[in-house]
Amino acid sequence: MRIPLIARAAAAATAAVLLAAGCGSSSGGTGTANGSHGLNPPKLPMLQSLGAGEGQVNLVAWAGYAEDGSDDKSVDWVHPFEQQTGCKVNTKIAGTSDEMVSLMKTGQYDAVSASGDATLRLIAAGDVAPVNTALVQNYADVFDGLKNQPWNSVNGQMYGIPHGRGANLLMYRTDKVTPAPDSWSVVFDGAAPYTGHVTAYDSPIYIADAALYLMKTRPELGITNPYALDAAQLKAAADLLKTQHKAIGEYWSDFQKSENSFKTGDTVVGTSWQVIANLAQADKAPVKAVLPKEGATGWSDTWMVSAKAAHPNCAYQWMNWIVSPTANAQVAQWFGEAPANSKACDLNTDKGFCATFHAADEAYWKDVYYWTTPVRSCLDGRTVACTDYAAWTSAWTEIKG
Amino acid sequence: MTATGTTDPTGTTGTAAATAPVRQPRRGGVRRAAAVLHRHAGLRLALLLSAPMAWLLLAYLGSLAVLLLSAFWAVDDFTYDLVRVWNTANFHTVLTEPVYRTVALRTLGIAAAVTVIDAVVAFPMAFYMARIARPRTRKLLVVAVLTPLWASYLVKAYAWRVILSQGGVLDRLGAPFGLSSPGYGTTAVVLVLAYLWLPYMILPVFAGLENLPGNLLDASADLGASAWRTFRSVVLPLVLPSVFAGSVFTFSLSLGDYITVRIVGGKTQVLGTAIADNVTLNLPLAAALSCVPVVMIVGYLLAVRRTGALDSF
Repeated sequence: MRIPLIARAAAAATAAVLLAAGCGSSSGGTGTANGSHGLNPPKLPMLQSLGAGEGQVNLVAWAGYAEDGSDDKSVDWVHPFEQQTGCKVNTKIAGTSDEMVSLMKTGQYDAVSASGDATLRLIAAGDVAPVNTALVQNYADVFDGLKNQPWNSVNGQMYGIPHGRGANLLMYRTDKVTPAPDSWSVVFDGAAPYTGHVTAYDSPIYIADAALYLMKTRPELGITNPYALDAAQLKAAADLLKTQHKAIGEYWSDFQKSENSFKTGDTVVGTSWQVIANLAQADKAPVKAVLPKEGATGWSDTWMVSAKAAHPNCAYQWMNWIVSPTANAQVAQWFGEAPANSKACDLNTDKGFCATFHAADEAYWKDVYYWTTPVRSCLDGRTVACTDYAAWTSAWTEIKG
Repeated sequence: MTATGTTDPTGTTGTAAATAPVRQPRRGGVRRAAAVLHRHAGLRLALLLSAPMAWLLLAYLGSLAVLLLSAFWAVDDFTYDLVRVWNTANFHTVLTEPVYRTVALRTLGIAAAVTVIDAVVAFPMAFYMARIARPRTRKLLVVAVLTPLWASYLVKAYAWRVILSQGGVLDRLGAPFGLSSPGYGTTAVVLVLAYLWLPYMILPVFAGLENLPGNLLDASADLGASAWRTFRSVVLPLVLPSVFAGSVFTFSLSLGDYITVRIVGGKTQVLGTAIADNVTLNLPLAAALSCVPVVMIVGYLLAVRRTGALDSF
């Protein structure tokens, strides 16, 4: 008769909890220090001089950022790095920025390839240290348009080394989706014919994709920046995504599962990355990835060093390696993004590569909206209250139903 | 024992002579300890139970308590650092947001459907194994029921992903009859979970049917009862507690599952995936959310207890 006893005790405990929940205050505000956008990161020391390598380095990276030849024998810039520096590379692939932030909080990783919606959160929390760019030789060749940007620096102090930038693409099965789409409408207003076979990125940041579409198709909403949405605009975006939900087959955050779904035809259209298109095409799947006419959300990634890095010297060597002309050219071509190093353009096997990806074309990048953490003070300069990432997160849960 | 080598390095008799006085006090020590234990029943019990109780209290209930405690904390809106400020906002969110009610009901529905399907499938299977099959066949069938448990859960779930995919096995088998795979979604989740937990239902029901006294069935037949009447009035009341015991497994395992849902669930959101989505960044909300299945399972256990299915534990 032990189980009933435990069950009774547990029931009493849960009843107490529920009672407490019912009686307690229900104020929603949990925000503390960083409510406003005025970023005031903790003072952390940065590396002053480069020492000997520690023998290994633990990375948190996007899929395709640290290739060691296991996906494609000719795609390998990890082994040359290991041979040259003696730092063994251990890579943990993360599927979303939220995952990266939480992994970096563990303090078990030395460096991370953070996108703009993770960088400021990491800086504000003191999870990453300022970076001494003087110790990263190849930093000098990085495009000026990527240096000292709001997402990778605070008060003129760099917190990382720019890696490259790109846009989220619209991928489709050429045999199942006709005519070939050139607009995001195929996953929003025009998704009905593909009900059950549409995919979307499984993260609150995907709300920005809907906001971008609304920005171009419904100007009366007054959206000027997909990351600066007031309550009404967020609701409009959420409503669009709830409509889209009916057509969704799967949401994805695991790039391999996404590639697999496109291969089998369970997914025929949806948002994707060039690297997934590359992998699927290598497996003979009839897919194509395009940049729709509305423009796209995108990313500008930064390699950052953990404030608790156990292998800081290897981490600095890795940052220097990944933005070196050769490695940066390789990773940019493999992932399908614009390199950060201006010299990388000449080293690509495809000479038109940098033109294709608009590596030096700052005007082009004005139409790509890099992932940024939405905050309460509107990023577009409006004085109304904008919705923050916490609001986006609960909206996203609601959209998925 | 250290004295053996030094006292007499030459003869074997000397070794024996030297060890004897050393062993003597040891044996005496054991005897004395045994005597102490014999006199103090409480000490005996404490020594016997301290290790399992420490495990139960520290590792099992302790971790649950920490989880419950963290549900009353908060996270910073921007950095997602844990803020140890006592508040009940998380429970308020879980109880008032309509989306969590939908998700909780959906999860409950899936768990109930899996349990019913497993009970319906397991009963005839267990009945055949326990009452009809010959001993040799019975052994083979028990092995056959247990074999899937040897394979990894993940492998089985991914195998079902392949089976259920477009143009997969199910599509090809159903094509002549005009049927197609249900695709990834709630139906697929129920199907795969029912498959995964079936052995946990068959085994208790099989045990219950095996213990059913044969003379009761004979008596029922002698009294002129039809097979259906015997099943309803004799077999079912006696075996129902076993079915409920099995249902505790299928129900609670389904309620907490999220990996299968991630693999074959498509866009289906259940409590498990909602917890998993929050656990990386918003642990307090995930902790509050995880109280929902706990409450459900406690409620279910209390209900099952009324049937007497737990008396044998």
